[in-house]
Amino acid sequence: MSEHGNGHAEPTSFLRKYVFSIDHKVIGKQYLFLSLFMALFGGLMAYYMRWQLAWPETAIPGAGWIPEPMAFGGIIPPEFYNALITLHGTIMVFFVGMPLLLGALGNYLVPLMIGADDMAFPRLNMMSFWTITTASLVLMASFFVEGGAASAGWTGYAPLSADPIHTGVGWGLNLWIMALALEFTSFLMGGINFLTTVVTMRVPGMTMFRLPLMVWMQITAAVLFMLSVGPLIAGAILLLLDRTVGTGFFIPERGGDPLLWQHLFWFFGHPEVYVVLLPGLGAIMEILPVFTRRPIFGYKTIVYSTIVAGALSFLVWAHHMFVSGIDPQIVMPFSITTILISVPFAVIIFAFMASLWGGSIRFTTPMLFAIGTIVTFIIGGVTGIFNGSAPVDIFIHDTYFVVAHFHFTLFPDVFLGGFAALYFWFPKMFGKMMNETLGKVHFWWTTITFNMVFIPMFLIGAGGHMRRIYNPLQYDFLKPMQDINIFITWSAVALLVGQLVFIFNFFWSMYRGKKAEDNPWEATTLEWAAAPTPPPHGNFETVPTVYHGPYEYSCPGQETDWQPQHVEKGSVAA
Amino acid sequence: MSEAIAMTEHQPTHEVKGRMGMWWFLASEIMTFGGFIAIYVLYRMASGGAWSSMAEHVSTLMGTINTVVLLTSSLTIVKAYEAIDKQDRKSAQRFLLITLILAFAFLGVKAIEYATEISNGYTPLTGIFWSFYFVMTGLHGLHVVGGIVAIGALYIMAIRGTLWNGTQKRVEYIGLYWHFVDIVWIFLFPLLYLSY
Repeated sequence: MSEHGNGHAEPTSFLRKYVFSIDHKVIGKQYLFLSLFMALFGGLMAYYMRWQLAWPETAIPGAGWIPEPMAFGGIIPPEFYNALITLHGTIMVFFVGMPLLLGALGNYLVPLMIGADDMAFPRLNMMSFWTITTASLVLMASFFVEGGAASAGWTGYAPLSADPIHTGVGWGLNLWIMALALEFTSFLMGGINFLTTVVTMRVPGMTMFRLPLMVWMQITAAVLFMLSVGPLIAGAILLLLDRTVGTGFFIPERGGDPLLWQHLFWFFGHPEVYVVLLPGLGAIMEILPVFTRRPIFGYKTIVYSTIVAGALSFLVWAHHMFVSGIDPQIVMPFSITTILISVPFAVIIFAFMASLWGGSIRFTTPMLFAIGTIVTFIIGGVTGIFNGSAPVDIFIHDTYFVVAHFHFTLFPDVFLGGFAALYFWFPKMFGKMMNETLGKVHFWWTTITFNMVFIPMFLIGAGGHMRRIYNPLQYDFLKPMQDINIFITWSAVALLVGQLVFIFNFFWSMYRGKKAEDNPWEATTLEWAAAPTPPPHGNFETVPTVYHGPYEYSCPGQETDWQPQHVEKGSVAA
Repeated sequence: MSEAIAMTEHQPTHEVKGRMGMWWFLASEIMTFGGFIAIYVLYRMASGGAWSSMAEHVSTLMGTINTVVLLTSSLTIVKAYEAIDKQDRKSAQRFLLITLILAFAFLGVKAIEYATEISNGYTPLTGIFWSFYFVMTGLHGLHVVGGIVAIGALYIMAIRGTLWNGTQKRVEYIGLYWHFVDIVWIFLFPLLYLSY
C-alpha cells in the first residue's frame, strides 16, 4: 500500500475484504450491486403497473407468485397498485439513482480522481453502505406487514399519509418513513465523507480548478443534499408521530396543516432531483473529452453554472404545488425562479454540444450512451418549462405529461448516464473490457424503446390522462386513448427485456471479457492514467503530483494526443 | 480560490479531517433543527391567541435554570480543552467530569419538568403547542444524551490515560458538538418558554 493518507492495512479475511470492507473501491462496488438489484425490483413494479394500465384487472403474466392479499391470481387490486406507484418512485429515486450515481460512482471515483488512497473516514463509509442496505431491507419488508406497503405516493402527501384511516396502511407506511430516514442518514454520512475527502486529501498540484468535473458534481450534490434534507427529516419525525403517537402536525382536525408537508417535501425534493442529476451529468463530462479527444468546452462556466443551479434549486420548490391551494401571489415568483433555473442547465448542455463540435469523435458504447443522455435529457429539460409556467401547469398538473417529463429527465440521467458510466469505468473497476457489440445493441434498443414508452405519454398527458389512476377504462374520455396505453405497455416490456443484454454483458465480461489495460481509453485523469487496473489497495504505487488540468487532449507539440494530469508537459507520457 | 486553497503539503492530519467532518455534520444538524424551528414559527404565526393560553403553562423558571446549567457546561468543556492544550491532565479530567455532571443535571431538571407537566395534564396530545414542546425538547434531550455518551467516553479515556498522544483532539470535536447542543437550546428557550 502507499505511504500516505489513512494508512489502514490491507485486510486478508474474506469478511473484511468483501463484506465489511472499508476500502472505497469495494464499497463503491457494493453500492453498484445494491442499486442494480433494487433497479430490478423497480423495473418489475413498472411492468406490473403498465400491464394493469393497458389491460386493467386481468391476470398479469409473471405475477402469479405474488401472495394474497397483494394480488389475487396475478390480478392486482387498487390497494396494491397504489403501493406499486409509491414504491416504484421511492426505489428508483432513493435506492437506485442515489446509490448508483453517488454511492457507486462517487465512492469509487472521487478518491481515485483526486489521487487519494481512500476516503477521509473509511469506517464511516462502510457504515453508510450498511445503513442503506438496512434501509432497503426495511423497505422491502414493508410489503409483508399487515395492511401492506406504503401507498400514499412517493411524495407521501398528508393527510393521506398522516392517518392510517385514509389508506388502510398501518406499519407499511411507518416502515417506509423509517427506510427513508435510514437512507437520508446513509447519504448524510456519505456526503460528510465526500466533502472532507475532497477538501483535505487532494494530491499536491490538484487545485480545485484542476479537479475532474465529476468531483465537482459529487461535492455540489453532497452540499445540496446536506442543506435540503434537514427540514424533511424534521417533517418525517412529525409525520411518524402523527401516525404512531396521535399528534396532529399535519392533520387539520387536530390543528395541523397538511400543506406544510408538501412544503417540507419539495424544499428537499427539488434540490434532491439535482442531487441525482449532477453526478449523472458528471459522468457525461468525463466521457465527452475522452471520446472527442479535445478539452471539455467551458470548464469554469460549467462549474459556476452548477453552483448557480444548486443555489437556485432552493427557491423553486412551490412549482410542485401550483394546484395545491397555495397563495396565488407566490405562484408567479416560483414560476420565474423555475424558468430561471433552466438557464444554467441550458449553459451546461450548450457546453456539451460545443465540446462535440470539431472533435474527432470515437463512437464507443460509453460515448453513444453519453450522447443519448444529452439528447433525451434536452426533451426532459424543455418540457420542464411547460410544467414550470403556472398557467400551463394548472392544465397538465398530475397528468401523464408530468410523468413523461420527469422520466425524460431522470431516466437519461440515472440509466443512460449510469450505463455510460458503467461501460466507461467497468474496465477500471473489474479489469475487463465490456463487449462493444452487445453494448451498442443495448444502447440502440434502450434509447429507442425508451422514447417509444415516454413520448406517447406526453400525448395522453396533454389529452388529460391522469397519473396514479388504477383503471383508465373507468373514464369515458380516456377510452379513445387506450390503444396508446397498450402501445406504451408493449414498448415498456421491450425496454425492460432489452436490459437482459446489459445484464448478460456485465457478468459475461466480468469473467470472460478481454483483459483491460491500465488506460484503455487513453484518458488523462488520475484514475486512468496514474492508477493500475484494477487499482490495488491504496490505489497508487507512488503519490502522483498533478501538473495541469484534467482534459488536456490534442495539445500541440506533444507526442501523444493525451497529456495525463500527473505528467509534466514536455516529458514523455507514461 | 484555486491556488489559495490548494494543499501545501499532502499529508492531511487526522485533526484537519476530524474537525471538518464535525463541521459538515453540524451543518446538516443545523438544517434539521432549523426545519423544526421554521415549522414552529410558521404555526405560531398562524395560530393567534390560542397559542398563548397553551404556552403560558411552561415553567420559565426551570427553563432558565437549565439555560444556566447548559451554558456553564459549555464553559467547562472549553476549560477541559484548554487544560489539554497545556498538558494539564488532572484539570482536564476534572473539567470533563464537571461537564458530565452538568449534562446530567440538565436532564434531571428536564425530567422533573416533563413529570410535572404530564401530571398536570399537558401531554404531547394536549394541543399543537405541547406537541411541538415535547418533540423539540425531546429531540434536543436526545442530543444531550448523545453528548453524555461522547463526553463520558472522553472522561473514561482521560482516567485510563489513553486520551493523549494524538487522540486528545477529540475533546475539540466533541466540544464543537456540545456547543451546538447549547446553541440549539439558546433558540429553543425563547421560542418555547418566552413566546406566550
